Amino acid sequence: MLLTALSILFSKTSGLEQSVGDEAPPILMSLFIFALFTFYKYRIERAESINFVDLLWKVFVTGLIATIVSLFFQLVMNMLGNTKLAENVVFLDFIYLSNFGLVAAFLISTFIVWKRLILYQKSRFLLTAWKIFEYALLVGLVMNALPVTIVENFEDVYLIILILVGLVLSVNMKWVAYLNFKQKWKSILLIALAMFYLGYFSFTLVSASSEIADKTDAFLDIRENIFIIALVSFIFIYALFSLLVLLFNLPTSSVFEQKLEEVVSFQKLSQSIQTEQNEERVYEILIESSVNTVFADAAWIEVDNEKDGPKYYTHKIDVEGIIKIKNHLKANKIKGILDQGIDKTKNLNKYLATLRGSPYRSMMAFPIKVKGKQEATIALLKDVSEGFNKENSKIISTFSNQAGISIENFRLLTEALQNERYKEELKIAKNVQSSLLPDEIVQDDDYSAAAFSEAADEVGGDYYDTYRINDHKVAMIISDVSGKGTSAAFHMSQMKGVFYSLTQHDMSPKDFLDSANNALSRCLDKASFITTSYYVFDTKKKQVEFSRAGHCPTLYYSKAEGKATYFQNKGLGLGILRNEGFKNYIQIDTFMYSPGDILVLYTDGITEAKNVKGEEYGYDLLREAIQKHSDAPVEEIKKEIISELYAFTGTEAIDDDYTVLIVKFN
Amino acid sequence: MVDVKRIQEGNYDLLTVVGDVDASSSIELDNAIEEAIESGGKKFLIDCSNLDYISSAGLGVLEEFRKRDITMIIYGLNEKVANVFEILGLDQLLVIKQTKEEAKAALG
Repeated sequence: MLLTALSILFSKTSGLEQSVGDEAPPILMSLFIFALFTFYKYRIERAESINFVDLLWKVFVTGLIATIVSLFFQLVMNMLGNTKLAENVVFLDFIYLSNFGLVAAFLISTFIVWKRLILYQKSRFLLTAWKIFEYALLVGLVMNALPVTIVENFEDVYLIILILVGLVLSVNMKWVAYLNFKQKWKSILLIALAMFYLGYFSFTLVSASSEIADKTDAFLDIRENIFIIALVSFIFIYALFSLLVLLFNLPTSSVFEQKLEEVVSFQKLSQSIQTEQNEERVYEILIESSVNTVFADAAWIEVDNEKDGPKYYTHKIDVEGIIKIKNHLKANKIKGILDQGIDKTKNLNKYLATLRGSPYRSMMAFPIKVKGKQEATIALLKDVSEGFNKENSKIISTFSNQAGISIENFRLLTEALQNERYKEELKIAKNVQSSLLPDEIVQDDDYSAAAFSEAADEVGGDYYDTYRINDHKVAMIISDVSGKGTSAAFHMSQMKGVFYSLTQHDMSPKDFLDSANNALSRCLDKASFITTSYYVFDTKKKQVEFSRAGHCPTLYYSKAEGKATYFQNKGLGLGILRNEGFKNYIQIDTFMYSPGDILVLYTDGITEAKNVKGEEYGYDLLREAIQKHSDAPVEEIKKEIISELYAFTGTEAIDDDYTVLIVKFN
Repeated sequence: MVDVKRIQEGNYDLLTVVGDVDASSSIELDNAIEEAIESGGKKFLIDCSNLDYISSAGLGVLEEFRKRDITMIIYGLNEKVANVFEILGLDQLLVIKQTKEEAKAALG
C-alpha cells in the first residue's frame, strides 16, 4: 500500500503518466486496516486470559512500540534538517504513511481490547448494539475506499451517528467493578498513557498531513477518513469514561474486595465437607473466614464436649482470656450474648470496659447448630466500641449456619461410610456361611434327598451336612448356632470342623454328640450353644440311629401309617453343660424305614416363621404339609414346603434362617 | 422388649420377666439378674408367666446363672416357652415349676 501510494504521488508530482489508478490507495488502505483488524481480532479476542490489566497492558505496549518507531522517524527528520530530502514530498509522504500504519495498528488493537471490555458480561441487546457499531464502522471504511462522494454532508452526518453510537456503547463499564484497588491504579495509569499516545499520534498525523497537503493533494488525508476519525473518537471517549469511572470507583474497591472475600470464605466452608477434611478443619475455616470478613481483632470457637470438657479454637486470644471474658459476662449478668436470641450488635462497651486488662470493647457470638442442637459457639471481639454492624452480624450468622450444615453433612457421610463397611462385613460373613454348606448331599440307592437353606439378612448359623462313612453307612447332621452375625458364622465353621473330624470314626450318635460337646465346650463363647441332630443311616439294616442335642424334634412320615409325627426324645444343646454330665442327657433312638417314608430335618426358623398377624407357622402346619405332599418326589416336596412357608409369612424378607433337609426312602 | 422387676419377698428375691427376650433384650435380662446377685441375693424365683417369647440367646442367659452359686427356680412358663425350654433340654437342668406355690415350696 505504502509503495503504491508513493508511486502515485511520485508520478503526479513528477508530471509523469500514472501507472496505477487514483482509486487504488484508499482501497488498499482499507484493505490494510481490515487486515490489521482481522489480525488483532484473532490475537486479542481469542486470547484465553480475561485479565483486564493484561488487556490494558497490551494496549500500552502497542502504543509504546508505535511511539518509539514514530519518534525514531522524527529523529531522522530532525537530523536531515533542511536538506533537500526533507523537502521532498515523496519522502514526507513515506514518513507520514509509515506513521499512519503504526497508528492504525495501535487504534485497531485498542479497539479490540475495548470491545472485550465492553462486552464483558454481555447481554443480547449489548451484543446486537456492538455488531451494529462494528458494521457501521465497516461501512465507513468501505465508503472511504470508494472514490465516489455521494453527498458531501452525508459523510459528516454519518460520522456523527458513529460517534453517538460509540458514546452509547461506552457506558458499559462492568469490568471496572471486578478490579481490586491495586488493579484499578494500574488500569488508570495504562489508560492515561494510552490516551496520551492517542493525542500524540493524532497531533503528529494531522500536522504531517497538513504539511503534505500544502504541497500536494494526491495523498491519503486521514482528516477526511470517516473510519479513522470515528475510531479515534470512540477510543478516546471510552478511555475517558473508563478513567473517570475507575477514579470514582477507587474508594469503594475495598467493599468489593470484602464481598469477594465473603464469597470465597463461604465456598471454602461448603467445600470443607469433603471426606478428607474433618470437623476440626471446618471450625478452623470458620474462625479464619469470620475474622477476615468482619476484621475482628480476636475470636474463639468453643466446642461443647460432655466427656472432655470444652475445646477451644482461638485467634489472637488465649483460653485464659476467654474464660476471663466469660466470667466477666456472667458476673455482669449479660444474657444472650453467648447464645442465640438477641441483637448481636448490642453495645457492650460499658460492660467490656470494666474488664481490666482486656482491650476489647465489642463482641458478638453465634451458636453453631448441628441437627438443631448447639454444638459450638463462635465469638468475635473488636477493640473499638460498636465495632460490629448489622451487616457483620448477618454474615457471621450465615457462616455459622453453613459450618453447622458442613459438620452435619460430614457426620452423615462418615455414618454412611461406616454403614457401608458394616454391610460389607456382613456380606463377607454371609459368603463364609454359605460356603460352609455342602454343594451336594451324599446320595444313596436307598433314599433321595433335597435341601434348602436361605439365610436371613443378618447372618445366622444354620448348618447341615452329610458324610459317607462306608458303603452302607451315611452320616447326616443339622445344626443351629445360637445368636446371629459374624460370631454365629464363626461357630458354625467350628461345628463343621467337629463334624468332619468325628464322623469318620463311625461313632454312635450319642458318642458323636458327647465328643462334639466336649470339643465345643472349649471353643464356644460363654453364653453360646449349638443345637444339633445327628443321624446315621444304615442301608444294610434299613435303619436310622439318631440323637438329638437340643435341636427341633425330627419329623417322620410313615407311609404305612399315612401320617407324620415328631419324635419325642430327650436331649440337651451342645455347650450348655460343659462337663462329663452331658452324656446323661442324651439318648439314642432308632427306627426302621421302609419305601415311601420321609424324614424331615429343619431348623426353628421354619417353625417360628411368623405371618403378619404374628402367628407362628408352627409344628402342625409343617406336619400337615408333609402329609399332603408325601407322594411327590423329594424335590417337589421341598419346593411345596418352601412355597407354602412363603405364602404363610406373606413376605420374601425373613427374620431367621430357613433350613430344611428332606430325605425320602426308596 | 423385656421388662424385669425385682421385689424382695421374705428370704428370696422375686424377678418378674415381662415381654419378649430376644438376642438384644437378653442383655437386659442378663443385667437384671446380675444386679440381683451382686446385691447379695442367693435365692431367686423367676416369674415367667408374662414371658411371651424367649430366644436361644435368652435361654443362654438363664443357663449361665444355673452355674452360679445360687438357687434359681423358674415358674409360670406358658406352653410355647416351656416347649422351647424342653426342646433345648434346659428343663432337665433348670428347676422349673408350674406355680409360685410349688416354686416357693421347692425353694424351702
